[in-house]
Amino acid sequence: MSILVNQNTKLLVQGVTGRDGSFHAGKMKAYGTNVVAGVSPGKGGMEVDGIPVFNTVEDAVKATGANASIIFVPAPLAADAVLEASEAGIELVIAISEGVPTLDMVKVMPYLAKKGTKLIGPNCPGLISPGEALVGILPGNIFLKGNVGLMSRSGTLTYEMVYQLTSNGIGQSTCVGIGGDPVAGLYYLELLQMFQDDPDTKAIVLIGEIGGDAEERAAQYIQDHVTKPVVAFIAGQSAPPGKRMGHAGAIISSGSGTAEEKIKAFENVGVKVAKIPSEIPDLIKQVLK
Amino acid sequence: MKIHEYQAKEIFSRYKIPVTSETVCYTIDEAVEAAAKLGLPVVVKAQVLVGGRGKAGGVKLARTKEDVPEMAGKILGMDIKGYTVEKILIAQGVKFSSEFYVGLTIDRNSKSVIFMASIEGGVEIEEVAKENPDAIHKFVIDPDLGMTPFLARKIAFSLFTDFNLVKQGADLFQKLYRIFMDTDSSLVEINPLVITADGKLLALDGKMNFDDNALYRQSAIEALNEPTEDELKELDAKEKGLTYIRLDGSIGCMVNGAGLAMATLDLIKYFGGEPANFLDIGGSSNPQKVIDAMNLILSDKNVKVVMINIFGGITRCDDVARGLIIALEKIKVEVPIVVRLSGTNSKEGLEILKMANLPIVETMSEAAQKAIELCAKN
Repeated sequence: MSILVNQNTKLLVQGVTGRDGSFHAGKMKAYGTNVVAGVSPGKGGMEVDGIPVFNTVEDAVKATGANASIIFVPAPLAADAVLEASEAGIELVIAISEGVPTLDMVKVMPYLAKKGTKLIGPNCPGLISPGEALVGILPGNIFLKGNVGLMSRSGTLTYEMVYQLTSNGIGQSTCVGIGGDPVAGLYYLELLQMFQDDPDTKAIVLIGEIGGDAEERAAQYIQDHVTKPVVAFIAGQSAPPGKRMGHAGAIISSGSGTAEEKIKAFENVGVKVAKIPSEIPDLIKQVLK
Repeated sequence: MKIHEYQAKEIFSRYKIPVTSETVCYTIDEAVEAAAKLGLPVVVKAQVLVGGRGKAGGVKLARTKEDVPEMAGKILGMDIKGYTVEKILIAQGVKFSSEFYVGLTIDRNSKSVIFMASIEGGVEIEEVAKENPDAIHKFVIDPDLGMTPFLARKIAFSLFTDFNLVKQGADLFQKLYRIFMDTDSSLVEINPLVITADGKLLALDGKMNFDDNALYRQSAIEALNEPTEDELKELDAKEKGLTYIRLDGSIGCMVNGAGLAMATLDLIKYFGGEPANFLDIGGSSNPQKVIDAMNLILSDKNVKVVMINIFGGITRCDDVARGLIIALEKIKVEVPIVVRLSGTNSKEGLEILKMANLPIVETMSEAAQKAIELCAKN
């Protein structure tokens, strides 16, 4: 078992004829993900890597029964792509696109809520249920099937953590990159609940970073609703205030959103926080004992 | 991106939000002339892209003719948190009674724009938020509905009792929301919003920040950008696909990915070192990017050692290693380099680096410790 994506995922790739879209469509297919269709307006009828291309999401869904969509279109077009997927009845939308204007995301949120569409991202690496489905740009080879659920605001830092877990023989149920933007889809609280409800997840790793108060809220949620052990890491402990550390959401503003506050919030509710990334495998081994 | 107070107020004015009469001045002579036109008293205000001007002595009331050149002289050229004051605002001194705070921003939790209003205006709102959070009223704005007249009235009723002021406020708040949406703002603030002697609302100050991701469709706003020297470097880096932020230490860093880059800086600090920069080279292993990144790091003369931390995911370590070798052939690097490559094709990558005699280490922690050691020797 796993959360969000598995063997039943029928994936559609929006922006499939673009450089990133075609490259990663191939990678996901090679991993074993059931990639059923691609969309690229004006290029319907084509094929990319044996994947049929459609002009609209609606056509693709009708023809293939796609139930998840991953978006690689340029940032100015990303919000519209999310809406198109939602309107066509796609249940899970993963927006990889980086640099999407924040207000574009604010404007699509009410429609997604109305349609019950789950969104991950934007500006995220996607997600993977090792051995079942890879929906994103994550390097499939470093993951190992197992019982640790992982969620993260970062891409490469996630790979670093996963690599260390896998090297230590600790496998993962599902790893979700929730993205580095201030306004994004599924976040810690929803994923904590999903991992809590997933019988195959035995422990949870939460990788946070500076900016906002989502980690503090996650700490509160863990105390109230999560009985499985959670281990955390917070990036940006040395970040200067007022600077956007690569991710649009990773900024300490007016003294709030610091790593210290977040670490304290976790420690206050009994969540173990790794001081440096290499401590994660040992902490997981401890809590799984 | 940030703009100056006077620029924010020019935008307010365009939307017919009442602001103080004022003139931007670059010299003492201009200030004297502006004050003569406006009539005394005037407020002399430093225009810098950083908060806390008042506390730093960058805002002064000039009551007499003599005050103006003296204060303008003091404030022009003043250093406020590392920013040199190059222009000042000469604003008409206004008699007013109460001071309010109003502002709009993005709320990550409700994933909406929120309106913030407080009767405790005129002081730094961050202070109010810390000491008396209940004094700030927050109103979530439904993106589908926008700032409806009833919501604007509701906000106004939270600040004013006089219905005349409620009407003025409701009108002003709707305009402020329109500004926020039209310009892709991330923050719009009036602090303080005051009631003048004749019972009118007036924006005494103005602040606007913008969403960098949306600047591509906000050319008029982008034209107002005045990057500092450090920010110019950051912008230049961005054009080359790199995210660079200069810091104060001496260990230069080159990392792929923002989260890993942050964690790398943390690790250097954890082991007692000081990073010289944040640098995310992104997902590509293009040799040109590695060359650009190396040049950027070395443009900071404080750098005594360079630590390269690459986690190969989609990026293949052997590609990065090849890029690094080409980069090192093209540019002369006189400081030691520590390389850590891990992940996809790391074995092949490490072989390539070994042949080039570069010090390589296996883990992030080792790399940070090695860099600190080399830094101390240099």
